[in-house]
Amino acid sequence: MSTSGNYRLKNMLKQPERLTPGHRMCAGCGATIAIRAVLRGLQPTDHAVIGNATGCLEVSSYMYPYTSWEDSYIHNAFENAGATLGGVETAYKALKKKGKLGPDENYKFITFGGDGGTYDIGLQSLSGAMERGHDMVYVCYDNGAYMNTGIQRSSATPMFADTTTTPVGTESDGKIQYRKDLAAIIAEHYVPYVAQSTLTRDFMDLHRKSEKAIYTEGAAFLNLCTPCPRGWRYEVSDVMEICRLAVETCYWPLFEVDHGKWILNYEPAKKLPIEDFLRPQGRFAHLFKPGNEHLIALFQEEVDKRWEDLLYRCNRE
Amino acid sequence: METPIRQRMSGNEAVSEAIRQVNPDVMPAFPITPSTEIPQMVSTFIANGQVDTEFIPVESEHSAMSAAIGSEAAGARTMTATSSAGLALMWEELLLAASNRLPIALTLVNRTLSGPININCDHSDSMGARDTGWIQIYAENNQEVYDNYIQAFPIAEDKRVHLPIMICQDGFITSHAVENIQLLPDAPVKAFVGDYDPEEYLLNPGKPIAIGPYSISAYAMEAKKAQAVAMENAREVILEVAERFYQMSGRKYGFFESYRMEDAEYCMLLIGSAAGTAKEAVDELREQGFKVGVLKIRVFRPFPEKEIAEALKGCKAVAIMDRVESYNGCCGPLGSEVTAGLFRNKVMIETVCYTYGLAGRDFTTTHVKEIFGALKALVEEGKPIPHNQYIGLRTRS
Repeated sequence: MSTSGNYRLKNMLKQPERLTPGHRMCAGCGATIAIRAVLRGLQPTDHAVIGNATGCLEVSSYMYPYTSWEDSYIHNAFENAGATLGGVETAYKALKKKGKLGPDENYKFITFGGDGGTYDIGLQSLSGAMERGHDMVYVCYDNGAYMNTGIQRSSATPMFADTTTTPVGTESDGKIQYRKDLAAIIAEHYVPYVAQSTLTRDFMDLHRKSEKAIYTEGAAFLNLCTPCPRGWRYEVSDVMEICRLAVETCYWPLFEVDHGKWILNYEPAKKLPIEDFLRPQGRFAHLFKPGNEHLIALFQEEVDKRWEDLLYRCNRE
Repeated sequence: METPIRQRMSGNEAVSEAIRQVNPDVMPAFPITPSTEIPQMVSTFIANGQVDTEFIPVESEHSAMSAAIGSEAAGARTMTATSSAGLALMWEELLLAASNRLPIALTLVNRTLSGPININCDHSDSMGARDTGWIQIYAENNQEVYDNYIQAFPIAEDKRVHLPIMICQDGFITSHAVENIQLLPDAPVKAFVGDYDPEEYLLNPGKPIAIGPYSISAYAMEAKKAQAVAMENAREVILEVAERFYQMSGRKYGFFESYRMEDAEYCMLLIGSAAGTAKEAVDELREQGFKVGVLKIRVFRPFPEKEIAEALKGCKAVAIMDRVESYNGCCGPLGSEVTAGLFRNKVMIETVCYTYGLAGRDFTTTHVKEIFGALKALVEEGKPIPHNQYIGLRTRS
């Protein structure tokens, strides 16, 4: 099933699921939807080993004695999904070289980590794996906080978000800092492929980038905006709309860095104000209280600045 | 029996030579003194086409053990090397290697843990990892390091065991000192170690597996018990492999070495290179008619409690020597476990626990003789001595 040529979502969805139903992820969870989409990037004839940092996905998809994964799967710890899958990928090279795996047995290596396990505690392990150039894809399902442990802030949490370690109070407007730009950090490793995506109406952006990441030789990184209904406090049926607003407000631009070349994949015809993205989310409810207009203005300022930076990166020769 | 190859080399060279002969599939490693030479030498073997091992130059020891877990789980024979803070940084992963039942071989060059930062030998690194579920085998000299390393894979990979194994040697004292050694030819070593043939692994087409589950309380305790049973099983496997090794090399190994213990009234029990010093002093004291002996522990995990108690039951007193401080106000780990073993096996002899050789402090035959003198005075003259004390301090307290 290819994403090139005449792309049809209907055709993509005909592929057998590699993350099967029965897992314990929440209704309205963006991560589960994104991960199933990433796995559609695999050719059905190829084997895969899936890695996973500790987090929601891991505790919900492989609770002994049940697994939802059709492929071989390894969870090791929180901070080392990069190194662990790098070890698996190296073993593949070693076994191929020694003739212990047949020439027709193709394996692909994909590892999933949340933003806590990727932006924060797993950053060193990720950076090492990317720099060494293991032929693998690291997929960050970024829901902007430590959701598995109960919505604590991470370096991916947006400014002013109300989390359990940045609670809004009489002396607090939520998280003080802006968020880290991890896709840019990994792009600066000069790995062959980096992309940022999210859930869009036809999933073409995510399906295409997943296939490209998986079948580009060398290290690849996907950063996916995957809303969390518990942490973001939106109606579970609104997950697609939240993602659309993330893109249309330029909070979460869709871009890729292909062998060092920055490419903007989507430019909104009319950039929506950031309020449209913030308003449906309970974690930003305090921003809409009278007297807090300046906080929204600050948020908008940061979004604009980063969007301009991205346009500059994508437009330079 | 194979004709030995006579050589002179350091402990690090000896273990690297064994690695060359075993030719493991994957080696992730990060440099740290005094084990750095090992990944350097393996990298040189790779560069010169002497082995086809895949080397992963990881960015930390945590990643070294993480990658080793991924690689071993994938079905590749995997080893690494480290020391001191490197082992400390691996800590979390040591437990996962063991609980995932992955027979990774780690060659550890013992070095003290900070602080103060110091690069020299004591056993605080491996002793701190004593309850991580790894088999631990210690060496007195380069010959034993080499021999232990060759035995490591058949022990760890045995289907009754399936546990990771740590082959330990003393930093600088063994790792860097050049001694005579008898190597074995490549072919019999390769045959002895054999191929790695796991039952379940990630890269097994048509037979995918999942590793590292979340396990609720209804299942997790059984997993831990199964791991404990595997460690129990390691006892017989270690002895079987030692017997096979004896057939090949003519060199005998067990859980420990009893040196002049037949009629010994006083014993010094210790681990590692200091055993050489103790044996030297014992020889001198025996000349004077003093019935003394040495019990050198080779296998610390699984702990050969019954066998140690049996070996000591004819003695009047034993000095238990720890090259690590436990900061528990009682004694080091060897002191705790040996005395508990003696009590449980109703061997009620005098025990005195000593802390020695921390951070590379010299341990000499004078110290050994002083300790045996104190044991004798305790037993024969009733002269009391503290049951937990340091030897070799600049200022004795």
